[in-house]
Amino acid sequence: MARFIVRRLVGMVAVLFAVSVIVFVVFMVLPKQNPAQSLAGKNATPILVENIEEEWGFDDPLPQQYLTMMKKVFTGELLQYEPRIPVDDRIVEGLPATFSLTIGAAVIWLFFGLLLGYLSAVRAGGWLDRILTGAAIAGIAIPVFLLAPVLIYLFANQLEIFPSSQYVPLSEDPGEWLNHLILPWVTLAVLMIGFYARVVRSNMLDAMDEDYVRTARAKGLSERQVMTKHVLRNSLIPVVTLFGLDFGATIAGTAIITEAIYDIDGVGLYAAEAIGNFELPPIMGVALYGAFFVVLMNTVVDVLYAYLDPRVRLGESAS
Amino acid sequence: MSARALLSVRDLRVGFTTEDGLLQAVDGVSFDLRPGEVLAIVGESGSGKSVTAQTMIGLTRARNSRIEGSVELAGEELMSAGDAKMRQLRGERIAMVFQDPMTSFNPVYRIGAQIVEAIRAHRPETSKAEGRARAVELLGAVGIPDPERRVDAYPHEFSGGMRQRAMIAMALALEPEVLIADEPTTALDVTIQAQILRLLEQLNRERNLATILITHDLGVVAEIADRVLVMYAGKVVEQGTLDEIFYDPQHPYTWGLLGSLTRLDQPRPKRLPQIAGSPPSLLDLPQGCPFRPRCPHEFSKCPQYPPLEARLPDAPGHCDRCWLTPEEKGEKRVVAGRIGLEAPNA
Repeated sequence: MARFIVRRLVGMVAVLFAVSVIVFVVFMVLPKQNPAQSLAGKNATPILVENIEEEWGFDDPLPQQYLTMMKKVFTGELLQYEPRIPVDDRIVEGLPATFSLTIGAAVIWLFFGLLLGYLSAVRAGGWLDRILTGAAIAGIAIPVFLLAPVLIYLFANQLEIFPSSQYVPLSEDPGEWLNHLILPWVTLAVLMIGFYARVVRSNMLDAMDEDYVRTARAKGLSERQVMTKHVLRNSLIPVVTLFGLDFGATIAGTAIITEAIYDIDGVGLYAAEAIGNFELPPIMGVALYGAFFVVLMNTVVDVLYAYLDPRVRLGESAS
Repeated sequence: MSARALLSVRDLRVGFTTEDGLLQAVDGVSFDLRPGEVLAIVGESGSGKSVTAQTMIGLTRARNSRIEGSVELAGEELMSAGDAKMRQLRGERIAMVFQDPMTSFNPVYRIGAQIVEAIRAHRPETSKAEGRARAVELLGAVGIPDPERRVDAYPHEFSGGMRQRAMIAMALALEPEVLIADEPTTALDVTIQAQILRLLEQLNRERNLATILITHDLGVVAEIADRVLVMYAGKVVEQGTLDEIFYDPQHPYTWGLLGSLTRLDQPRPKRLPQIAGSPPSLLDLPQGCPFRPRCPHEFSKCPQYPPLEARLPDAPGHCDRCWLTPEEKGEKRVVAGRIGLEAPNA
């Protein structure tokens, strides 16, 4: 177990290194305005531009620039250009909003995904299954940029039940925090609920044909016990893997659109801003932040997997 | 042996509606099982032997299944019993052991926990500790070494033979009256097979446990069965005591099964005989006797289906479904000095 975690940590460093190199190279290759020119302003003298270039190191050779940047990443000195504040601070400031959004959405999608998938599987072929299947496919098919405006129009503008935008910190006002997050949560969760319901349903239908399910019935367990303790329990193993990856990806990037639409001041909004301004330091910061969570969730999933399935043992031979 | 039947099956019929029509998996099976008796149900895959067994404990009930006939356990009709009643009876009064011990345990729970689960399904007042103690005792009784420690093992940590022993231990947990063993040795090595059969025989003797042994292997039958039911295409084609079936088989299908056994007491044939062809599709049965297309002794009467009846004057319990006279049978079943099924001039 300890060996496994050490190995994964080493792997994590390697992945983050690769991500940083790729982001850096892609950014350098893309055509863009000289960052010193834009920092200096519209009517800058060539001397000023030169000074800025020297100060920021824009005229250094590329490997040198990369090393300087990575050093700053590790010391927390990575600055965005305008205003000159550390990228770290901006990301850390955004975390509460992004975590509120993604964790809340994940809880909702996991709960309803499992519930609807379970009901669908237990009633496979019946009318309830058909309705849920239709709803799940509709949920998967609706894009976030369509669903969000429709929800805002209905629940914020017409019915005026929920506010349409902004984030209120939990520490400030828990009621308003919840109130402001319900629409974004639903927006982010709908697609996943549909997807998870389908996955849980199909995994459960497969599990129902297993010999151990027949054994469970033969020893006189009730149908509910058979379904929850044997069919659902074993169907959850692959779902956990999926959930870890999806949750990591949601923190890392999927939440960007939702944050942008609902004007939630999280890391996703910062990422959108950084890409819009085309500034390397925040793009690098956000990319590493995203990659970190994806790799972290991968490791968590693997550890959890060994816990859920005793046949899996972490360590030497596991690959 | 003369005691009243514990389990009495009368004209059991199980059909499944499929997209291709009604599939009659079991077609009129009747038998009695007495306490302490081992009844073997023999047949190829698809002969309806497993469906018969699973129907007795209500495991084939489904929207697309049609079940007719009667199964009485100690005088109580089961086929009209509700699902809750059947659930209570499964494991508690009729327990079942399945073919593949590799897949019949849930891989994510400990062996002991799965045995305790079976106990607590029927005796919810049992504490976890009591259940565990009982599981240890049961594992010991079926010959698992070091049961104290093994009770906490996961199924994948057991060998095939040990898993089947654990399966039997779980089936015995509530001291059932009837044990149904569905191909309990098929997935095991030959040496392990013998051990498991010895265990079943011992339990049958010590606990007076009525046992139904489902198998395709007459070698297994010869080891422990008292009476034998031979099934083909959902029907019983021959039934009788072990000796009757082995020494005086009446149905050509039984000859074929016996002929394909390897025997150490007779000269070894050049090639192990087999029954030509394959069992008919249950959706498209031939008219009359379903064994007709594979039977070298087919004659003009075969397109009419023969009833299951005793045809030997001195053996009223020995029934078969074949139109040949006992004399013709005695003659035709001898192939190269032993019982077998081969065309007379092949």
